[in-house]
Amino acid sequence: MRSLAKTSWVELKLFAREPLTVVFTFALPLVLLFVLGSVFGNTPDPSVYRGVGAMDYYVPAYAGLVIASLGLIALPTHLAGYRERGILRRFRASPVPLWSVFGAHVLVTMASAAAGSVLLIIVAALSYDILAPVSPAGFAGAFVLGALAFSAIGALLGAAMPTARAAQGAGVLLWFVMMIIAGAGPPPEVLTDATRAVADTTPLRHVILLLQDPWLGFGWNLAETGIVVAWLAGSAALAVILLRRRA
Amino acid sequence: MDSPVVTVDGLHKRYGSTVAVEDVSFYVRRGEIFGLLGPNGAGKTTTVECLQGLRRADAGALRILGLDPARQTQELRRRIGSQLQESALPDRIKVWEALRLFSSGSDGDTSARLLDEWGLAGKRDATFAGLSGGQRQRLFVALALLGDPEVVFLDEMTTGLDPSARRVAWQLIETIRDQGTTVVLVTHFMDEAERLCDRVAIVDRGRVALMGAPQDLIVQHAGAVQVLFTAEGVDPAWLRTLSGVTDVRERGGAVEVEGEGPILARVAAALASRGIEPADLRVERSSLEDVFLSVVGAREGMEG
Repeated sequence: MRSLAKTSWVELKLFAREPLTVVFTFALPLVLLFVLGSVFGNTPDPSVYRGVGAMDYYVPAYAGLVIASLGLIALPTHLAGYRERGILRRFRASPVPLWSVFGAHVLVTMASAAAGSVLLIIVAALSYDILAPVSPAGFAGAFVLGALAFSAIGALLGAAMPTARAAQGAGVLLWFVMMIIAGAGPPPEVLTDATRAVADTTPLRHVILLLQDPWLGFGWNLAETGIVVAWLAGSAALAVILLRRRA
Repeated sequence: MDSPVVTVDGLHKRYGSTVAVEDVSFYVRRGEIFGLLGPNGAGKTTTVECLQGLRRADAGALRILGLDPARQTQELRRRIGSQLQESALPDRIKVWEALRLFSSGSDGDTSARLLDEWGLAGKRDATFAGLSGGQRQRLFVALALLGDPEVVFLDEMTTGLDPSARRVAWQLIETIRDQGTTVVLVTHFMDEAERLCDRVAIVDRGRVALMGAPQDLIVQHAGAVQVLFTAEGVDPAWLRTLSGVTDVRERGGAVEVEGEGPILARVAAALASRGIEPADLRVERSSLEDVFLSVVGAREGMEG
């Protein structure tokens, strides 16, 4: 446990020293929120945004977007770089156990996702008259589950991609596609059926629904829980297999 | 004599269809500096990686400090130190953070001393990306020495160091040995091995070709001594009759007398008796490099 604490502290500092990642994680969702807020306001319209105000819809959705940018871009790039440059080899030959390095990556992802989302919620609450979460505990639970799922997806991408550049390229691409179609871009109601079908195959779609439902008062979504847990378990299992072979 | 701290018996390792290590056996005594020498691709690094538990041997028995590196890896890591080839640290980690991260406990004093000894005291707050190649190399050695390991593996430690930094590194390695730590040194610098190692194993194409103390190997495998001098207008063929001399060559006044035993004294006496007093009379002994070349041959010369 001591080595996990030590490794996590160093990894957290390393994360804070990557200006691009920090900006991407903390600032981009805020910018998007303000752009969309200035266009759509927060007056509910029954035909779009699940019948709630645009800002009420986007705030929990963008918590999901923060999670996704860490899990799809920051973590895989970092991890693939560790593999590519022999940093994992360096750790493997040291008394620091490798599981504490991966554990630290997950903890840093969770902590930065939480920080980014809290920042987003505070700024949104100060700028718009948004709905307070109907079930804060439910939202928190959904957040932890979603962040764990994207940590596993990030570990899988980081294990599968040959280089840090490849991981970053793939991550940014996946992030943009998911952002546009999975519920963090235009309202899902205006998308074509085909696009919605594709969106349903992305993990972000399910994490967003899992986050929105307790926040907006639709209750805890069991079906989405099952899908997100499946993403978590599947990605984690594959990541472990790959990292055993390729770390 | 103590039982060996490292034993390797019949190590075999292949990657797919490529055999990296065919059949390597050696042992390392407690407190010595043991050198693994060989051309690139000979299997030195693979051998060391199997010992460190970074790779699993396909066949053979390995023991370090009585531990099996494949099974008791975690315990082993606490008792050995490793400086690896082709490894790195995160770009933005600071030197002191790396030392603290890799130290197992209350190594505060050790860290400060290591930074001092390895010339990094002024770089405490520098990031890894901001270090020169030589400084990175020294940081890796310092990391390997954290926690006073009983056995330390140094893989191409002085690669990337400038000549004066190499000399300093050599002195530090001797200091490490004098403090009782066993050192396994992987190198392709023969002068380094000859200067530092108590014993060496020359590995070639996945097998141990020769093993022993550098001086013994030199005497056994490249024992010839060469006496050199310049003398214009002298036919040195008569030197062939001296006892111990095996060959005499002369080109443009430069004479090379080859033989065994105290031939310098004999050649000097013979020359003086004829009134020839060359100012540059000197002897050249074989070095470990000659042994290495006689074993490995010149075939590898182009690859290095």
